[in-house]
Amino acid sequence: MRKRKTQVALRVNGEDVEVAFVPHKTLLEVLREDLGLTGTKHGCELGECGTCAVLVDGKPVLSCLALALDMEGREITTVEGLAQNGRLHPLQEAFADLGAAQCGYCTPGFLCTSKALLERNADPAREEIEEALAGNLCRCTGYLKILEAVELAAARMRQEKTRGR
Amino acid sequence: MKNFEYVLPGSLEEASKAAADGGAKLKAAGVDLLDEMKNTVATPDKVVNLLSVGGMREIVRTKDGWRVGALVTLAQLADSRLPAAITAAAGEAATPQIRNVATVGGNLCQRPRCWYYRNRAYACLRKGGTVCYALEGENRYHAIFHNDACAIVHPSNVAPALLALGATVVTNRRSIPIEEFFVLPSDHVDRENVLEDGEIVTEVQVAQSRWSSAYREERERDSFDWATVSAAVALRMDGAVVKDARVVLGAVAPVPLRSKEGERVLIGQRLTEKIAQAAGEAAFKGATPLSDNAYKRLVGPANLKRAILSAGL
Ligand SMILES: Cc1cc2nc3c(=O)[nH]c(=O)nc-3n(C[C@H](O)[C@H](O)[C@H](O)COP(=O)(O)OP(=O)(O)OC[C@H]3O[C@@H](n4cnc5c(N)ncnc54)[C@H](O)[C@@H]3O)c2cc1C
Ligand code: FES
Ligand code: FES
Repeated sequence: MRKRKTQVALRVNGEDVEVAFVPHKTLLEVLREDLGLTGTKHGCELGECGTCAVLVDGKPVLSCLALALDMEGREITTVEGLAQNGRLHPLQEAFADLGAAQCGYCTPGFLCTSKALLERNADPAREEIEEALAGNLCRCTGYLKILEAVELAAARMRQEKTRGR
Repeated sequence: MKNFEYVLPGSLEEASKAAADGGAKLKAAGVDLLDEMKNTVATPDKVVNLLSVGGMREIVRTKDGWRVGALVTLAQLADSRLPAAITAAAGEAATPQIRNVATVGGNLCQRPRCWYYRNRAYACLRKGGTVCYALEGENRYHAIFHNDACAIVHPSNVAPALLALGATVVTNRRSIPIEEFFVLPSDHVDRENVLEDGEIVTEVQVAQSRWSSAYREERERDSFDWATVSAAVALRMDGAVVKDARVVLGAVAPVPLRSKEGERVLIGQRLTEKIAQAAGEAAFKGATPLSDNAYKRLVGPANLKRAILSAGL
């Protein structure tokens, strides 16, 4: 039974970390306030906007409606964990190349959610991308560039794969 | 959010005992509960985490149907081989991120989405006050049936589908036909189902049948949204003739609402667009809309007609 701060072992972006926090903290709060990972954004706080989306065991979930205490033993990936070996993720490159971000507030949620999509479907149709991103709101772009960026990233990733890189 | 004691029960008995304590709340994924706690509509001293109880996470095929564990996610249910109405209802609920964690038990037991109920500034009837503010207030998304005491609509997508398929809700204490699971405000205004303190939904059983089924909803936004009206329909067909029918309306009453009126129009008839239309109209005939939601009486029959046709054709 836990009421005061407890020490919890989390695994975030491939690293094991020990953090102490009170039971009522959400995963979003612990990521930002206790781990300094401010890439994940506070939006509606009520599950409506998707800007707080992170990957838990590879699946996109809303960190604003998850208790951090429930994350022991799970593999958490935030937008900070997308770049590998100093290279941006193809989704990040495609978002930048196509201008799929304006204010950028929604971008971390879109990136994490799209990453999970491309991992289970390397060549998604436009409708499948729309469906996967249905829970992510963007107030700036009008969505078209975001959908195109996901398609571009998917195409580049398929190409890299066939080239065996 | 108010701080709380986090209880990690190792068994159902422990969970039940802890939850029976006044001031304790059960939590599954917490999608609904955390929302209530952030709004301080719920301020539990203890949160009892069902996720730490083992099991209840699988859909088991039995010789005569399926047993769906209470902690099965909506994403799992949507991808399953259960009857079409159930998978469609789960797949249309909320957003992909939410469906990845939200549980079937939590979906059935989630609290109403009425904006007066969710707003701490309103001490409404359901929160122990004396008035249902929706009756004279903003009631665009509220009930058009059974709305004399409190006009919430039951928020679950999955419930109407399970009701159309005649599912059974199993708890740590008993089995409850889903038809008897939900309660009207005239019977209990402070809760939406028959669960008692410390009672936990452990699984939902769905029988295998030859009935064909469909779920359909209308909403304002295409990407994701709460249904403004929904319908779940199960039909037992003999060729083109409807031998038996179960018609359930969602988002129009404080409970998922079985429509015997709609069923009566269908049973024994050859399924045509005209008959489906007549069933849709019959189902909504007794509606008593409030100031802002008469549109449900127009959208509802059209939605139901389409659900009937897609179940039967
Ligand atoms: C933006 C948004 C959109 C949504 N849209 C839809 C929609 O279109 N359709 C729809 O159906 N839902 C929708 N939902 C609601 C969502 O599906 C539910 O909140 C979710 O299913 C709740 O499941 P949970 O596991 O998180 O439950 P929790 O939040 O953990 O629990 C919910 C309630 O049920 C009780 N409870 C949970 N499990 C049990 C159990 N096994 N036994 C007894 N009591 C239990 C808890 O005490 C609590 O009161 C939406 C939610 C959001 C945030
Ligand atoms: S902040 Fe989590 S969904 Fe909006
Ligand atoms: S770029 Fe501003 S909200 Fe999406």
